[in-house]
Amino acid sequence: MLKKYPTARYVSLRAIWYFLTFLVALTLNFFLPRLGSDPVDIMISQSGFSSPEIRKQTEENLRKDFGLIVVDKEGNIVRDENGNAVKASKISQLVTYVGQVFQGNLGKSFKNQKQVSEIIVQALPWTIALQFPAILFGWIFGNGLGALAAYKRGIFDKALFPLALLMSSIPFFVFGMVLVYFFGFMWDIFPAAGAYSLELMPSFSWEFITSVGYHYILPFLSIFLILAGGQAIGMRSMGIYELGTDYIKYAKWLGLKETRVLAYLFRNAMLPQLTGLALSIGQMVGGALITEMIFSYPGLGMAMLTAIQNNDYPVIQGVTLLITTCVLLANFTVDILIALLDPRVKQSLAMDAK
Amino acid sequence: MFKLLKNLIKEPMFVIGSVLFLTTILAGLIGPYLYAAVPDGGPYERPGSMYWLGTDNLGQDYVALLLRGLQNSLYVGFMAGVIATTIGTLVGLFAGFKGGIIDDILNMFTNLFIVIPSFVVLVLVSASWSGGRSLTLIAVLIGLTTWPWTARSVRAQAASLRGRDHISLARINGASNLQIIFKHILPYLASYVFMVFIMQVASGILSESAISMIGLGPIGDSPSLGVILNTAKNQSAITYGYWWGIFPAAIVITVIVFALYLLNNSMEGVFNPRLRK
Repeated sequence: MLKKYPTARYVSLRAIWYFLTFLVALTLNFFLPRLGSDPVDIMISQSGFSSPEIRKQTEENLRKDFGLIVVDKEGNIVRDENGNAVKASKISQLVTYVGQVFQGNLGKSFKNQKQVSEIIVQALPWTIALQFPAILFGWIFGNGLGALAAYKRGIFDKALFPLALLMSSIPFFVFGMVLVYFFGFMWDIFPAAGAYSLELMPSFSWEFITSVGYHYILPFLSIFLILAGGQAIGMRSMGIYELGTDYIKYAKWLGLKETRVLAYLFRNAMLPQLTGLALSIGQMVGGALITEMIFSYPGLGMAMLTAIQNNDYPVIQGVTLLITTCVLLANFTVDILIALLDPRVKQSLAMDAK
Repeated sequence: MFKLLKNLIKEPMFVIGSVLFLTTILAGLIGPYLYAAVPDGGPYERPGSMYWLGTDNLGQDYVALLLRGLQNSLYVGFMAGVIATTIGTLVGLFAGFKGGIIDDILNMFTNLFIVIPSFVVLVLVSASWSGGRSLTLIAVLIGLTTWPWTARSVRAQAASLRGRDHISLARINGASNLQIIFKHILPYLASYVFMVFIMQVASGILSESAISMIGLGPIGDSPSLGVILNTAKNQSAITYGYWWGIFPAAIVITVIVFALYLLNNSMEGVFNPRLRK
């Protein structure tokens, strides 16, 4: 089946693989928070209750929400002869959890009874609007610089390389703090927190949009510049390696224009860099989300920070699951891009099909 | 070996990297015992002749805090690096050497844990470990989530060695798989594994600071560098203009990681002759 269409076959195989990975991630998302102390105990111990009955009631409801105890078809708690709730087995808990996730039900926030999915839907657009352009442009800019450094060598390379190395050693959020200190506090050029001024209501007015743009610059820069540094280093060594290959030497001997040679170089060295990006998205995400926290940007990072401070486990679990899903989707997209762009991968796919 | 060292010493990046790294290691190892902390003063006192780098929100001497923090962060980085490198190297060696079904299975696990964000795993476990979240626990967690990177690169190298003549010779002479892996493959990869180890230490230090920034860092008698930064952030040190609460800790983290990156890159230049020119 699909043997005739190697690319389609590859894409569907990748899709299956990522779906299985998602299931593993889902299982981890379920079991990891249950490794240490009991989340329900932590949440209960943090709130005050007027009477032990209410306390017991709340605790049972929480356990019910988490699927920790057995319920019958009408949703009533099943009790043993002593009137205690019957604990559900780990496996049946997992099955309930997975079933709920596939119905889009991520539970309710312990703090304010809001649906977790609602909290996520509010936060997600901000995160995507910040991270996606920052990562994309950081990648393009960094790789361009790296290819140029590899090609020019000399003084440009000597100056750029250590600088890029230094930039990539700074964590995103540390650089964010430095930017906030200078531009937000000392010189007061850009706003230091939030995604728009709090006096404004979200709308499509010109005033609101400029406010959003103004608030966007610092968090964008703190991800963009650090990411570009790391990419430039990778591209530089890849570029130097490619420069030694025969096709580049041949292109130079032919007397092709410099920009033309550089374009060939960029195209061939770019593909491994694309793979590198796909692999490192998962690593970068942590630092990039913390950048949101530094700027109190109302995205997933901030939602997670608030949830962690409140020990709000349903929200923490919902956010982590969504982060994983986004990372898997990003990886899948890059995988497909590579299959479409890289002639070497294309060829090996065609060979496999034969 | 001697020649390699001679080549390395000629690299300015290597020299700067090792000087920076040895300085931070020494400061972290013996600094806390040599430097007598100035008794506590008022909160956020400015740097001066009394407190060289000022005080934190509790009036503690920042120099002493930073030295301890450096020690703690280095501990987490090295511990995580050792764990990740050991697991990753073993998995990578076996997968690359054995090939076939074992390779497929190990490779699947490696790729699985590369795409699942390690940050998420760290958050989920640390959030549930509210009591007794020690430096060691954080280090072990980081080590257990970052090994696939080592496994991936070691596997590629080991697979390229598999078909070499000296491996076949050893096999004809009746060497067992374990003997071949440890006596005939690992030595070839030693420099490579060391370079990956350096990167793992750096990423361990970065991960620790990241997890601490969201308030899930190690809890102990003395804070790590990440916890110092997080406290300053929570006390709004930036908006009050207490720069000494942020910049020194930020610079220390950056310097260690920069030193490690310099070491790694200079070694790559020497071990991989194609990058030299």
